[in-house]
Amino acid sequence: MARYFWLIPLLPGASALVLLLLGPKLSRRWVSWQACLTVFLSLALSVMGFVHLIRAGHGAGGLAKTLLPWIASGSFSSAISFVFDELAAVMALVVTGVGLLIHVYSIGYMADEKAYSRYFAFLNLFTFFMLVLVLASDIVLMFVGWEGVGLCSYLLIGFWFERPAASKAGMKAFVVNRIGDAAFIVGVLFLLVNVGSSSFAAINAAPAAGLLGPGLVTLVAILLFVGATGKSAQIPLYVWLPDAMEGPTPVSALIHAATMVTAGVYMVCRLDGLFSASPAASSVVAWVGGLTAVFAATIALVQNDIKRVLAYSTISQIGYMFLGCGVGAYAAGMFHLVTHAFFKSLLFLAAGSVIHALGGEQDMRKMGGLKKLLPTTFPVFLVGALAISGVPFLSGFFSKDAILAGAFAGGHYALYALGLSGAVLTAFYMFRLVYMMFYGGSRATHHAGTAPHVHESPSVMTVPLVILAVFSALAGFAGLPVLLGEKANWLGRFLEAVLEPAAHHLVASTEVGLILAATAAALAGIALAFVFYRRRPDLPDRTVRAFPGIHRLLVGKYYVDEAYDAVVVRPLVIGAEKVYSRFDLGVIDGALDGSAAAAAAAGKGLNVLQSGLVRDYALAFLIGAVLFLGALLL
Amino acid sequence: MIPPGAFLLVAAVLFALGVLAFFIKKDLLTQFMAVEVMLNAGNLALLAMAKASGLAAGQVIVLFVITVAAAEAVIGLAIIVLIFRQRRTIRTDELKDLRG
Repeated sequence: MARYFWLIPLLPGASALVLLLLGPKLSRRWVSWQACLTVFLSLALSVMGFVHLIRAGHGAGGLAKTLLPWIASGSFSSAISFVFDELAAVMALVVTGVGLLIHVYSIGYMADEKAYSRYFAFLNLFTFFMLVLVLASDIVLMFVGWEGVGLCSYLLIGFWFERPAASKAGMKAFVVNRIGDAAFIVGVLFLLVNVGSSSFAAINAAPAAGLLGPGLVTLVAILLFVGATGKSAQIPLYVWLPDAMEGPTPVSALIHAATMVTAGVYMVCRLDGLFSASPAASSVVAWVGGLTAVFAATIALVQNDIKRVLAYSTISQIGYMFLGCGVGAYAAGMFHLVTHAFFKSLLFLAAGSVIHALGGEQDMRKMGGLKKLLPTTFPVFLVGALAISGVPFLSGFFSKDAILAGAFAGGHYALYALGLSGAVLTAFYMFRLVYMMFYGGSRATHHAGTAPHVHESPSVMTVPLVILAVFSALAGFAGLPVLLGEKANWLGRFLEAVLEPAAHHLVASTEVGLILAATAAALAGIALAFVFYRRRPDLPDRTVRAFPGIHRLLVGKYYVDEAYDAVVVRPLVIGAEKVYSRFDLGVIDGALDGSAAAAAAAGKGLNVLQSGLVRDYALAFLIGAVLFLGALLL
Repeated sequence: MIPPGAFLLVAAVLFALGVLAFFIKKDLLTQFMAVEVMLNAGNLALLAMAKASGLAAGQVIVLFVITVAAAEAVIGLAIIVLIFRQRRTIRTDELKDLRG
């Protein structure tokens, strides 16, 4: 069955087509079953392919299938062709596995939605494009998936387009992504011109084959990375992701936490040969990732909308992944991508369950004391929070440690310090969330779900939560530290078939030290949150009063949106208005109006000739004939 | 034997008289007759040339022209009659509705 792996993207794609065309005519039951079943079949095929790869063993190469020739122009050609190797397998499992759980969860979450079939059509379409992106064997086809998921992201952020904030957020996401994509396209064109092939294998081999000079490698890698900063919400193009929380919560979990936003990391891993050939580009990747990890975490400290906290947390965690890739620990980056997909989608879905229970309330200041009222949501959220904070033996602990160890082993101590301080912040803001939401007394005001109305979500929502919680807790054991033996890091060894192996290794004692430091960071963050939000409830306010400037800066999100607005958006809008009033109205409309007026004036001038008298016309004839004959004779 | 030049001269005079009549007269019927004179001046010139060159084609063309002229005269006269019925006049300086 593994050779039918190319059906993995096509099944949800076909379902999306049916739902888009016939959706409103189908019953809700049918829509739910069709949408979930096709993703389930994709998951089953991915698992079969995965098992096939494990059986085939190291170095056997992935499965490949060319469906159709696509572009053939001169020496360049690109086919619609999929490959299912170790890297694609891991990503496809995440996309279809987490995707399936979120599809199922959506049945409960969107139960009261009018545009039910439209929602599932977009969700299936997203899964299709994401899987095209993952399985594409060349960068041009990957770009098709890349743009496709961007489109679905836009459609789903603006799903409730009646709300102006939602449609604006969708537009912002689309436009910011376009900026990154423009750089991405330029990078792809450089590759096509210089490498002459768009396949990942050829591109990764190009620097060693001398097809790309060192300067060009750096340029191309950075251009592609700019594309990744757009898609994966890194500095400087992260601004769209917090606003994207206007979409339905399952969408935030699937697209804006687990899968699409990690596409940039996946792309960097796919092109690891290119990125590792350029130390400069790699350190750009690592530093942007590291700075984003801390920068976004500081903003998350003061946000009050639970989904926004999670959004900034996502930005921060993706920063970790890039940090890992940038220091050459590609497998660690992918590992964190996988564990993050589990615990972040868990956190989002659990937050969605809370929002659902409270009738749409998203402000954590109005929550509290939900621990008893939501007996399933609370423990799974706690598991997610512990996992992301890096508490020992949960998934986030191992993956974050792998990245930090990679940074330390490569001698990037500054990046390591950034990552470690980010870990403290992560634990702090996550447990601030936990304490505000689930502990203490209810702060609910009268309008938003008062205690008696609060109810646990139906099992169609809680079962996916429990499954995700199990994975969030246990996924880390796929990539144990090398400390525990050569074979402990199973995922790392599996991915080494495709990815560049980490260049540096640590001695055991250093690694123990790093693990202890990471554990201490996580526990310190949690303890700090405990003191701030449980023991001494007056402490947050006093801290704010002590550092009003910093607090204002954080609440204002460093005023980046305002700065972009002033530097980019406003000049563009003003410029566009100038162009409109001067060029459009002046030159283009003026030219049209002028030609019309000229025609009218010419008509007025010439109508003197139309006297209506036969004799005048005959005279014109005569004169003409005489002139003609005269010319003929002379 | 009359030289062909004489025929051509008569044709030219006839044509000039037709033109003159067309511009001097103001009623449509007379102007129409002037047009017929011009037409037949053309016929005469064609015959003269045909005789001078000794080709039969010119004479055949003239026969066709006469046939077509007959049809044209029918239509032209019918139009004039209809204009008179509508407007009670066939004076061309009063018929100038197509002025621009």
